[in-house]
Amino acid sequence: MVGIVTYGSYIPVYRIKSEEIARMWGDREDYPAKGLKILSKSVPAYDEDAATIAVEATRNALRRKHIPGEKIGAIFVGSESHPYAVKPTASLLAEVFGAYNAHAADLEFACKAGTAAMQIVYSMVKAGMIEYGLAVGTDTSQGQPGDALDYSASAGGTAYIIGDRDVIAEINHTVSFVTDTPDFWRREGQRYPSHGGRFTGEPAYFKHVMTAARMLMSKAGTEPKDYDYVVFHQPNGKFPLRVGKRLGFTKEQIEPGLLTPYIGNTYSGATPTGLSAVLDIAKPGDRILAVSFGSGAGSDAFDITVTDEIEKFNRDAAPTVRKMIEHARYVDYATYLKFRRMIVEVDE
Amino acid sequence: MVVPRFWRERRHRYNLIGTKCPVCNTVYFPPRNVCPKCGRDSVGKMEEFALSGKGKIYSYTVVHQNVLGYKYQKPYIMAIVETSEGPKLTAQIVDVDPEEVYIGMPVRAVFRRISEDGKAGIIQYGYKFVPDWDALDK
Ligand SMILES: [Zn+2]
Repeated sequence: MVGIVTYGSYIPVYRIKSEEIARMWGDREDYPAKGLKILSKSVPAYDEDAATIAVEATRNALRRKHIPGEKIGAIFVGSESHPYAVKPTASLLAEVFGAYNAHAADLEFACKAGTAAMQIVYSMVKAGMIEYGLAVGTDTSQGQPGDALDYSASAGGTAYIIGDRDVIAEINHTVSFVTDTPDFWRREGQRYPSHGGRFTGEPAYFKHVMTAARMLMSKAGTEPKDYDYVVFHQPNGKFPLRVGKRLGFTKEQIEPGLLTPYIGNTYSGATPTGLSAVLDIAKPGDRILAVSFGSGAGSDAFDITVTDEIEKFNRDAAPTVRKMIEHARYVDYATYLKFRRMIVEVDE
Repeated sequence: MVVPRFWRERRHRYNLIGTKCPVCNTVYFPPRNVCPKCGRDSVGKMEEFALSGKGKIYSYTVVHQNVLGYKYQKPYIMAIVETSEGPKLTAQIVDVDPEEVYIGMPVRAVFRRISEDGKAGIIQYGYKFVPDWDALDK
């Protein structure tokens, strides 16, 4: 049985409220709450980046179940905000966790690099190449100030250790669907991403998420009512509810894993962290569907069953996602700009 | 260029790895090759020892000066943290406002950017401390 052995998340403590962003840019007060269903988003502190988030998320995973570094045979880190353009985040993790013999690399695929990392590590365990592997989705993404993404692009991440012993959640099936779709991109050297406006919805998010979800359910021989929880990529608070409804899922199945209304879109961290929030409350036998989406564009879908092992698992050794969401310190827009290094000084 | 020194010390900075004297059980951070208490008896016996990262604020100061690299973090808090294993170390306290900090406040280590060599240079990572809200809730 191959699946999740332990997991941990990290969400920075700072938040900015959507109403503060609306005040700053003169948008309608109710636009973020009604139009995007985002009330606040997480903001990384000045000294946080995708690598520090990855380290903290992995530490939380290892607090729940300690896996010695020499047994971690692979480290793949998905992010679109790796601190360096050239110098891997994965090698920093190898050093911090003492996994010097790990197959290691960074991945980038907009918001689905974290689930791509999970698929690679899962495959390596299944092939018998490694005993345990670490897959991380982490980001400190940034939108153009004043753009719709300014309300959503946030920071956070989740780490999964995948293995074939003491599995708390078995990965039954995983599939992907990918096409060349120009819905969102950032050219080398550009600070902020560009997006195709209305083009981001139907032909990008909805088409890929729905195709991957249906492919997976057909492979697993399941239908929506067979799942206790479903986690969709969450670029805003609306899309996951809408795509869920179209696929035949209920709000009750979606909401436990829907975090964007409180922390924004953590990009590569989004689907992994939604799944983490579900694992925080899951019971043996619970079945979970998780579908990521990355612009450019593709979706990875997972069919997961929680095992009896979760009863013995030390979940309380690390904070739950909900607890990290509740522990928030709000900043104003100017402080947000300072933390995000968006202030341009005259002598620069 | 401070890359070589930081690179040599990275294991200690990343995971708060010190040393422990097996003779008298005293823990040291930064690591020592010889225990000052046991002297010759400890030579060649000192063992690596990872601190838990838990501790409390022994003393602190709030810095308002525009020290290079801290412009965007000021006012910032520098503290002497007394770790639960004994060693005291100097570190920045983050994710908290200066007026909330007090001597004896429980803190725990986190992994953060410590400094960066301009926009093109190496980013140095290491430990800072945040309030241990779990311990404070109890
Ligand atoms: Zn001694």
